[in-house]
Amino acid sequence: MKLILSSSPHAHAKNSVSSMMRDVIIALLPAAGCSVWFFGMRAVWLIAVCIAASVVTEAVCRIAMKRENSIGDFSAVLTGLLLALNLPPDLPLWMAVTGSVFAIAVAKQVFGGLGYNPFNPALSARAFMLISFTGAMTTWSNPAGYESVTGATSVDAVTCATPLMFIKKGDVSQLTSLKSFLLGNIGGCIGETCAIALLIGAAYLIIRKVITWHIPVSFLATMFVFALFKGGVPPILHVLSGGAILGACFMATDYVTSPITAKGKIVFGIGCGLLTMCIRSGGGYPEGVSFAILIMNAVTPLINRYTQPKPFGRK
Amino acid sequence: MKTVKSSFKFHGGVHPEYHKDLARDKAIEAIPLPGTLVISMSQHLGAPAKCIVKPGDKVVKGQLIGEKGGFISANVHASACGTVKSIELKQGAAGGYANAVVLETEASDETAYMPPLDWKTATKEELLKRVEDAGICGMGGAGFPSSVKLNPPPDKHCEYLILNGAECEPYLTADFRMMLERADRVRTGVEIMRKVLNGPAVRIAVEANKPEAIAALEKAFADIEGNVEIVVLPVLYPQGSEKHQIYATVKRIVPEGGLPIEVGCVVENIGTVAAIADAVTLGKPLIERVTTVTGDGVNDPKNVLAPCGTRYEDMVAFAGGAKEDVRKVLSGGPMMGFNVADMSISTTKTTSGLTLLTEKSVFQYSSHPCINCGTCLRACPMSLNPAAISCAVESDDIAFAEKYGVMNCIECGACSFSCPAYRDVTQNCRRAKAAIRTRIAREKAATAAAAEKRS
Repeated sequence: MKLILSSSPHAHAKNSVSSMMRDVIIALLPAAGCSVWFFGMRAVWLIAVCIAASVVTEAVCRIAMKRENSIGDFSAVLTGLLLALNLPPDLPLWMAVTGSVFAIAVAKQVFGGLGYNPFNPALSARAFMLISFTGAMTTWSNPAGYESVTGATSVDAVTCATPLMFIKKGDVSQLTSLKSFLLGNIGGCIGETCAIALLIGAAYLIIRKVITWHIPVSFLATMFVFALFKGGVPPILHVLSGGAILGACFMATDYVTSPITAKGKIVFGIGCGLLTMCIRSGGGYPEGVSFAILIMNAVTPLINRYTQPKPFGRK
Repeated sequence: MKTVKSSFKFHGGVHPEYHKDLARDKAIEAIPLPGTLVISMSQHLGAPAKCIVKPGDKVVKGQLIGEKGGFISANVHASACGTVKSIELKQGAAGGYANAVVLETEASDETAYMPPLDWKTATKEELLKRVEDAGICGMGGAGFPSSVKLNPPPDKHCEYLILNGAECEPYLTADFRMMLERADRVRTGVEIMRKVLNGPAVRIAVEANKPEAIAALEKAFADIEGNVEIVVLPVLYPQGSEKHQIYATVKRIVPEGGLPIEVGCVVENIGTVAAIADAVTLGKPLIERVTTVTGDGVNDPKNVLAPCGTRYEDMVAFAGGAKEDVRKVLSGGPMMGFNVADMSISTTKTTSGLTLLTEKSVFQYSSHPCINCGTCLRACPMSLNPAAISCAVESDDIAFAEKYGVMNCIECGACSFSCPAYRDVTQNCRRAKAAIRTRIAREKAATAAAAEKRS
């Protein structure tokens, strides 16, 4: 008998980092599908290019750092997909590639790879691109003008404003119906427009216990309450517009960069919601979700320190 | 007597695959007397017993061969008739060394049991003395001497006697078979313990996946008087942990670092209760127990009644022998069992099972960095932060681990079991606990030395 010696436990739930990442990717598929529905081949190209660039960058970095290959954990695929869904439809592809390389090389691997990065890689890249390519990152087109995947119609894309731009200007009359918000037939980043698809994905993650409800609910509820007191735009439109749902359900819930306890997650979500609304109402940009989450990422270690669980039996 | 459902859920817990079907339908079977028994002087928690026999001595089954070596200690008796061949330092399943009597057995019906007692007429002191003399300790795993448990300090009163029949460890079915086949002995044991503890209420805790055991207990306890309830616990690991069982049955929380008696509870394992009945009514010391020999690595999984000191190889041979591709031998089950590589280790009063796993049941892994997912926090029944503790231990920051309450860790393994990055979380907690215990012992020794210097 050739026996193995190890410490208990000798059984495992058979879950893994890659299965959790895979679940998040599956949860993003409805939103990715909607982005293709509304923005056609542009969305397909953006998603493909971002994922490919992320995975290649990950592999090259690991070789350069003489560490084991980590593309099998699917975190690079997820970063690429999330970044793509956070980009405007007309962005030149070389910019998307630059952003993907930044996300993996600078925001993630420089710190040691998955588990060590202090900031969400996809959001870091988006912030980097917003500063570097301000014009291209803030030019939006109406979904109606895109060639569909089947190539049926071909109309030139029409530049339009996003709902948040109207909100910023206080021009509420220009806002489209609630139905358009839910279905995603509005201007915006390719993956953030369809609220229903995003919520289906979030529900899947909560049911599969990949994420908990704490961050999404506290994040969006804080925005809602803030908007309610501020008045003007109906609060529900604040929650449904821009990257709020995508950010609250898929970016703020990133394990590595968010607090570990339920209490900490609620504090984190409230912080994200408040900052988002502050930036939307008083900041220079119409949208604040990315910056809000990044700022709260920086606060995460502090939140963790003050929200430790109390051991069973401790008074 | 009534049966109720537990409505108090503790935090955390996990659902491992149970694999109890391997041995649950096998009736308890006595092993033929092995030619050699290796009887350890340290089968319980606390000081090892002092060996009082020497090589060449003839001993009779039930004869005292080791005297308890301190307040927290237990007597050891010969599990069979025979001749003492040698006294050797032997390694136990948990890795520690202790003196052991190597006994060459001979088939004989002779016994040296104590005189039977009638528990109805015997005094409390007599009963307590009998439990102590019989060397009875908790048979669920920790091996805490029962005479200490049954004799709480004068300022503490036992309000609830809780019988632990959860058997939440996967694979093991020894307690299940005891409840099914020896429910009457369990009842006698309960009545004796109730008398010793001045009539506390009795709660019998059984996991819901053992309906046959619940039915057998209901039958045996049907006409018992007083406040007795069978509490059906939800199937959740580690339901058998003392602190969690107390919470699940009577909703009391044992304070940090405290014992169950501080909240008026005494918890005793099912097998131990039956052993107490045997010690009183038959005068039989604790010299044998039921051990489940199971796992996909044995040919014929069984619940084996074997004398304490039976070598693992004899146990496995009785269960049809081991399969060729066995890769792990566990003393106990897969969640808390000790991994051993030596089949000449022998059973003790606390060996509830031997689990042999083949290649396909052994989970081999390499660890990834922690991704801070919080799965271990949600699994930890002690509400600790295993992720933070584990990372701190890996950078040798034991003080951080202590501050985060690592001494509360019950080493149930729920954190490592559920970790998607396959990190050795439980092992790191264990390392921190060992380092803290060593430091405390060193500080005590230093204080004692300083005091001596002054005088």
